[in-house]
Amino acid sequence: MTTKDEPARRVSSFYLAIILVIFILSLSALYIAFENIINQSDPGSSYSFLAVGFFGLALLGYMLLQTRPKPMRAIVETPRVITTLECPKCDFKNIRDFQRGDYIFKETGPCQKCDETMKITAIYREAKKKEQ
Amino acid sequence: MITEVAGLLTGGGDIVSVIIQFAISAIFVLFLFYGQRFQTRIMLREVESHLRRLNLIRDDGRKMAIETIKEIGKPKGNPAERVDQFLEYIAITPQSMDPSGIVWKLEHVLDVRDVRFKDEVKLMAPEADETQLNNLENTLEAAMALNMIYKVIRHFYLLGKKTNSLYVIMQIQMVLPIIMKQAEAYAHALRAFASGQPIGDGAGALVAAKLMQGYETKEIAKDVVAATVPIDGRTAYVLKAKGPGGNVGKPGDGIRKIIEEKKGNISTIIMIDAALKLEGEAPGEVAEGVGAAIGGPGVEQFKIEDAIVKHKIPVNAIIVKEDLGDAVSPMRKEVFDAVDPVIKRIKRLLLERTKKGDNVIIAGIGNTIGIGQ
Repeated sequence: MTTKDEPARRVSSFYLAIILVIFILSLSALYIAFENIINQSDPGSSYSFLAVGFFGLALLGYMLLQTRPKPMRAIVETPRVITTLECPKCDFKNIRDFQRGDYIFKETGPCQKCDETMKITAIYREAKKKEQ
Repeated sequence: MITEVAGLLTGGGDIVSVIIQFAISAIFVLFLFYGQRFQTRIMLREVESHLRRLNLIRDDGRKMAIETIKEIGKPKGNPAERVDQFLEYIAITPQSMDPSGIVWKLEHVLDVRDVRFKDEVKLMAPEADETQLNNLENTLEAAMALNMIYKVIRHFYLLGKKTNSLYVIMQIQMVLPIIMKQAEAYAHALRAFASGQPIGDGAGALVAAKLMQGYETKEIAKDVVAATVPIDGRTAYVLKAKGPGGNVGKPGDGIRKIIEEKKGNISTIIMIDAALKLEGEAPGEVAEGVGAAIGGPGVEQFKIEDAIVKHKIPVNAIIVKEDLGDAVSPMRKEVFDAVDPVIKRIKRLLLERTKKGDNVIIAGIGNTIGIGQ
């Protein structure tokens, strides 16, 4: 199973061209705005150009952020699985994490209290709160 | 400044207003002709990001399957190539133009597939015992399902890209959330199978195992064990798949054999299985009704229905509700805790629907991985 035919993660030239045009337009708008403000000529349009310029830059920032490869979420969380061992004679209970080879009704080692053979009576996973 | 911006949008006379109005008109015309194309691109990007995640899940599953085979089976060489071949394995279902006898044809195909799978796994993991072989087979089947999901999504993604068709890509984009959920469920299943943990689907098998505790069991059909258990003066033939390896057995054959042995003298059959819950229902909720509670391709259900109809034996069903994720993930506590209420219901059903001295069959259906008898 190879992964060579996996879709490649690259930004299209069309998208890059749009980014470039927005960048040039925003810079031009900001240039005109600052020039007008310094020369104190047509203050109304200078504020408008300023607004358009900053809006363009903000849009540009957003578009660039979108092109960044997003880090993948941890693939699959491994749930905690619990094994319960019980002594049929003295009802002593031992709860521990699941180990490979455990199965329900398997007879395991001797009971710590009465030396009777203990049995696995339960194996389950505790569901997380958000799963309820 | 606000008034200035408002002036720009409503149409002032200066050059900036003209530019903005032109831009708005241009965007309108652009969306008029290329709106669908933009939408397709957005959808393609969404599918692409999910496809990358699916690829990760699939690769992770494959890696885990190979590692488990190496750890348990101690193969001499690297099993990766054989695993890759296994993941591409296909089973062609029989032709259904003339449906008469299709069940037996399907059963034969499934049997051949099962034997072939077991032989393949034996070759991959020569040191594994029977239980481990069953678990490895289930692990590889989960990896196979993940591989198939990835490939189907990739197919639609590439087709959508090639044709630039909104409708091709829309089909897959609409069902993606459900497919991702399924893929995650299989990824959980793979982990559970690799380590031999009981899964939610084993709720029925667990009920049967609990009932047959302390009684002698014997294999009555392929991978099906049964025990004769006295319950409140009735004789119950309790059966389940042979554990603790990952196995569903052939409960249809088991039930049929008991009915034949008793010459149809069975008062009732009670089948217990895990069933998919609807959103809003609580996991581990128990419900009962009538009919053969068994999933799968339908062969076993057909056999059971065929056997009971000859002798007019009533079939009762008890189901434990859970979603797909829970059914193939390690058994959650709510499902485990549902076992005792199910046993109570079985006893109540026996008291209400049968009389002392009657023969009954209690069948615990489902994958018995991690559950002994």
